[in-house]
Amino acid sequence: MQVNENFEPVIVAFCCNWCSYAGADLSGTNRLNYPTNVKIIRVPCSCRVNPIFILRAFQRGADGVIICGCHPGDCHYTSGNYFTRRRITLLYSMLDFLGIERNRTRLEWVSAAEGAKFAAVMNQFTEDVRKLGPNRRLEDLRCRKQ
Amino acid sequence: MFRISAEKLNDLFDRIASKQTLYIPVDREDKAAEYKKYESGMTLSSALNTVRSAKDFFFPQTENLAEFRLSGKTIEVKDIRSEHEDFVIFGVRACDARSFGILDSVFLSEPVDTFYKNRRDHGTIVTMACTRPEETCFCTTFGINPTMPGGDVSVFPDGTGYSFLANTEKGKEFMAEISDMLEEGNPAQLAKVQENTRNILKRLPLANLKTDSFGGERLMKHFSSEKWAELSESCIGCGTCTFVCPTCQCYDIRDFDTGNGIKRFRCWDSCMYSDFTKMAHGNSRNSQLERFRQRFMHKLVYHPSNHEGEFGCVGCGRCLSKCPISMNIVKVMKALEDK
Amino acid sequence: MQEAMIKRAKELLADGTVNRVMGWKKGEFVYDTTPAVFETAEELEKEFVCNDFTQANLSKYLIKESRKEGKILAFLKPCDTYSFNQLLKEHRIIRENVYVIGIPGGPKLDMEKIKAKGISGILDVKNENFTLKIETLYGTETMPFYEAVSGKCADCKSKKHVVYDELIGEDGDVLASRRFDMVEKLENMTSQERYDFWRGELSKCIRCNACRNVCPACTCENCVFDNPKSGIDQKAAADSFEENMFHIIRAFHVAGRCTDCGECSRVCPQNIPLHLLNRKFIKDINSLYGEYQAGADTTSKCPLTDYDTDDCEPSIVHERGVE
Repeated sequence: MQVNENFEPVIVAFCCNWCSYAGADLSGTNRLNYPTNVKIIRVPCSCRVNPIFILRAFQRGADGVIICGCHPGDCHYTSGNYFTRRRITLLYSMLDFLGIERNRTRLEWVSAAEGAKFAAVMNQFTEDVRKLGPNRRLEDLRCRKQ
Repeated sequence: MFRISAEKLNDLFDRIASKQTLYIPVDREDKAAEYKKYESGMTLSSALNTVRSAKDFFFPQTENLAEFRLSGKTIEVKDIRSEHEDFVIFGVRACDARSFGILDSVFLSEPVDTFYKNRRDHGTIVTMACTRPEETCFCTTFGINPTMPGGDVSVFPDGTGYSFLANTEKGKEFMAEISDMLEEGNPAQLAKVQENTRNILKRLPLANLKTDSFGGERLMKHFSSEKWAELSESCIGCGTCTFVCPTCQCYDIRDFDTGNGIKRFRCWDSCMYSDFTKMAHGNSRNSQLERFRQRFMHKLVYHPSNHEGEFGCVGCGRCLSKCPISMNIVKVMKALEDK
Repeated sequence: MQEAMIKRAKELLADGTVNRVMGWKKGEFVYDTTPAVFETAEELEKEFVCNDFTQANLSKYLIKESRKEGKILAFLKPCDTYSFNQLLKEHRIIRENVYVIGIPGGPKLDMEKIKAKGISGILDVKNENFTLKIETLYGTETMPFYEAVSGKCADCKSKKHVVYDELIGEDGDVLASRRFDMVEKLENMTSQERYDFWRGELSKCIRCNACRNVCPACTCENCVFDNPKSGIDQKAAADSFEENMFHIIRAFHVAGRCTDCGECSRVCPQNIPLHLLNRKFIKDINSLYGEYQAGADTTSKCPLTDYDTDDCEPSIVHERGVE
């Protein structure tokens, strides 16, 4: 695949309110850089993320989707992220099975204290998606910007 | 009548495809046939008919009608209509050819559906006479003669070649383009093939199905029949029958928000669906019985009532072979007919 | 078999154990059998059929039927009993109102496989020592029985009835089937090959919803794809994305609940191998969270409503197999 040097991917990050969103906040107050490509959507818990959200993000122009939640065992609602883990594992496996590039999807555990980790994860993920190029296999042609 | 031998058929396809887009039925990997845009080397399917009907060419499953763009407080409406390019559909069976007439009576009556008309004007229909009807065929019930399939040009296979006959002005133009590839036909051989087909038609298991008990004047009798409950009890409410049907013409118009504008499109709809004709007040047909009844009443009673006795079914048999629970118009007709 | 079933059904109707019988009804041809409810001995005598083509799974109908007045007799094949059990687990069927008679399963035949051999104008099909003798408008044809066996029976997972009140015939065992072979084959392809495979298959979809409506696991009162408030209600796949969306979400929604009865692929008018999506989930669940067969019992927890604190991380997907 031809790599377009100027390609700026759109990354949608679903962040849990209690850990990862606060982690993103901390990375900001610590003046750590993470790419502006990342669009954060705050969710009450990572297990609020419905598979439809992920597909919809791809439909509407995302090139990569990342879900961030509290570390297993630290869920604000006790067990939400355990369910997330199973669901998202199966969903990502299914997307892979359908031939969607596996590096377009990711799940990371980021606590409220891990501002540095948040920035590092976002930098890394954005770079990985940038290498893949624009999302073509799971896009809706009607939504492509003319 | 002019003829081409079977070996030269692909040369003919190449010739047609060099001038306009040509669609022919081809076999898929799973042995089911579907219309495909002709590319050199494709083989004409030997199947009797395609899974999806030929109505797709004039009334596609989805098509865009208009676009809207919003900027500030203004809405720009974009007319996206454009002249369709000329195309040829080859190998349409008599049942599907008749279905175009039924669609015409809906889409070309006032107000004319310009999207449909555009496609219709630019399409040349080359039909193919049937020689091996299936047990699910009952086109003769609706007065269709599969040995004389109609369309702009009729093609008659005789085992070793194909004879061509132009039926319309468009058909004559089409024939003129290919006349140098055709040779003199053999009417005697063709007559034999047709005679053979007619004999098979008489032996079809559904040959005795009659429409006498149906039509516009039978509305109340059929509508209030007690048989509907039993007929519809196992209907799962899918749209298979509707979507493989060559004459079903109901559609829905929807808006899709692309994030940077609106695309207004229409798509096939099925009276079997729970949200069919849903309006602000709710739904007019709330049970599967009513939805099921709607489909068959439309074909056997409402359509003939509105269109001079013309039934909304062509007996192609697609719903007979595709319904997940094998409930179909033949069973409905047999249950409702005068005993 | 058919005679024994009719005889037993008539007895149960006569002694008042049940007031209706759920089975299959004869059609115009040998193969077009329709699920039906019978109320009298005469109807049973005249129209009841159980032959090589009675493939339809009756379990889903029992959701509604079990809510009607009186008890209904249902004839269930082994695969249907798994669906029935799963529906019991989800409190969709009222068990007290159904009298289940387990009947031997297939292998059942698929008319499309016979027609794919180029045999047309089929008037009758007889099984003579595993050779099909097919009467057609164009003479008699023969073909091996096993070549016409339907896809769902070819990969049979179990001949065991997991729930019944009585049995006609012997109960069988869970089989060591090779049903995951095709999934594995796809897993071993490259990402591009898999993409091309599924694009080829899913682009055939006409969105008739037959797979959803026939599925015994799809029992939502209002499907997300029919609900205008969901924002993804679609009547037609206007873009290839929507084809993917519908099938991914549908498969995901039945993940952990799909018993692999094979009805989705059976009813697909376009012959899309939809069961492969469900089997991929089943295979993943088995390998990641332990062997699980939906419908095998009514007490165990569904793998997706359960968890283990040391479950694997999703990154496992990114690490295994071929990219």
